[in-house]
Amino acid sequence: MSHDHHHYYDRAHLAEFGKVSDASPDLGKKFFDWYGAVFAEGALTAREKSIVALAVAHAVQCPYCIEAYTTDCLSKGVDHEQMTEALHVAVAIRGGASLVHGMQMRETVKKAGM
Amino acid sequence: MDGGRGGERSEDLATGLGAGSAVRSLLSRRTPLVDPAAQLRMLDALELANGDFEVALKAAGFDGLHTRGVSIFQINIGKLCNMTCRHCHVDAGPDRWAETMDLETVDACLAALDRTNATTVDITGGAPELNPHFRYLVDECVKRGKHVIDRCNLTVLLLPRCADLPQWLADRGVEVVASLPHDRRANTDAQRGDGTFEKSVLAMRALNEVGYGKGDPARRLTLMHNPAGAYLPGSQAAIEREWKASLQRNHGITFDRLIALNNMPISRFLEWLDSTGNLAPYMKKLTDAFNPGAVGGLMCLDTLSIGWDGRIYDCDFNQMLAMDADMERPHVRDYRPELHDGRRVKTARHCFGCTAGAGSSCGGSTS
Repeated sequence: MSHDHHHYYDRAHLAEFGKVSDASPDLGKKFFDWYGAVFAEGALTAREKSIVALAVAHAVQCPYCIEAYTTDCLSKGVDHEQMTEALHVAVAIRGGASLVHGMQMRETVKKAGM
Repeated sequence: MDGGRGGERSEDLATGLGAGSAVRSLLSRRTPLVDPAAQLRMLDALELANGDFEVALKAAGFDGLHTRGVSIFQINIGKLCNMTCRHCHVDAGPDRWAETMDLETVDACLAALDRTNATTVDITGGAPELNPHFRYLVDECVKRGKHVIDRCNLTVLLLPRCADLPQWLADRGVEVVASLPHDRRANTDAQRGDGTFEKSVLAMRALNEVGYGKGDPARRLTLMHNPAGAYLPGSQAAIEREWKASLQRNHGITFDRLIALNNMPISRFLEWLDSTGNLAPYMKKLTDAFNPGAVGGLMCLDTLSIGWDGRIYDCDFNQMLAMDADMERPHVRDYRPELHDGRRVKTARHCFGCTAGAGSSCGGSTS
């Protein structure tokens, strides 16, 4: 399927994601096999992994991942309130990561100042 | 039912526990979708790749679906319900008076039951507990040594007339299969009306108090989960683990097992899908998720479904679509296993609802 290229993001890409490895099927297979193994039930439940994925999807601001893992979380019984709490975890880490760099600023000020 | 009694009871239900819902039955609104033929037409009119169910079956190696005898005798004893849930495939509600199984038909069901080898009698509705002959039917089935299932919406148990039901059901070893869309409030109330979750918690507590949900096979409490929206349920086993922990932690409630059902694209759920622009994507989701491994466990293969008026269907969904079973006289009076078992199941596009993902039946996942 071909698409108009008016936008950088196209919703239809999500369903066609597999085609991304057309030009290098061996690497693609390795990636998707590994991806599947990452999300399998393990020491963490598949549900917990989906919540982590949803939070990370917001941190890396991937619209495909946000759609995919919102639907996946719904299927796994995660409700809107729980998903929103996961979102705030991502936001807190993003905000905190900026804030903690303030220590570098602070140190530089202290060193250069009188 | 006479009108006077009907009016009195309707009011009782509406002011009691049906009040939380903003949803009304299709019938009361007289929408075109009241007509099952209109529902089938709406589904058939969709442009849908791989959307022919019989073709999908054939590609998966099945020459249609054929019944293999009756192990579950499912009786829908009426459409009257104290609730009006957004997704209801029966279009049940407090206004559905006319469709209540009478005693003569109940007795015809029992006579037909005696002609089968069915081991389970699965009683559904509506809220089956509101049928005046419910207790008689349960007692007669228990007397015959059958495993009896009461498909319960939970909130009905809070009606004064049902206050003694938990103990009554427990005394007879009836399995309670209780609908609860979600283990948390928001999704449950969105589907079933405000306040439903609280009432469901009270009802589950009442069932726990008389011994349900504690591992006793004679007092089995099964929760039935269906998604509150246009998506498929995840792993039944994983959701059961999650709910067992969360209902115990947050409400001190225990249950024995959870079954997950896909929502059927018929009746009020069909209307909701259509009005929210979710119909085509949902049908695509169902057909994309067609799972040949789920076919062998479909309930229609060993279930006889009987409507409030005694008509026979292959399943409760076909019943709501008025697709009666392929028999000369599809009525419980005329049912003869030797003539009618092995018949071909009638199918249409809604059947993709039962073969999607892990498969879906009144008994949960089928694969």
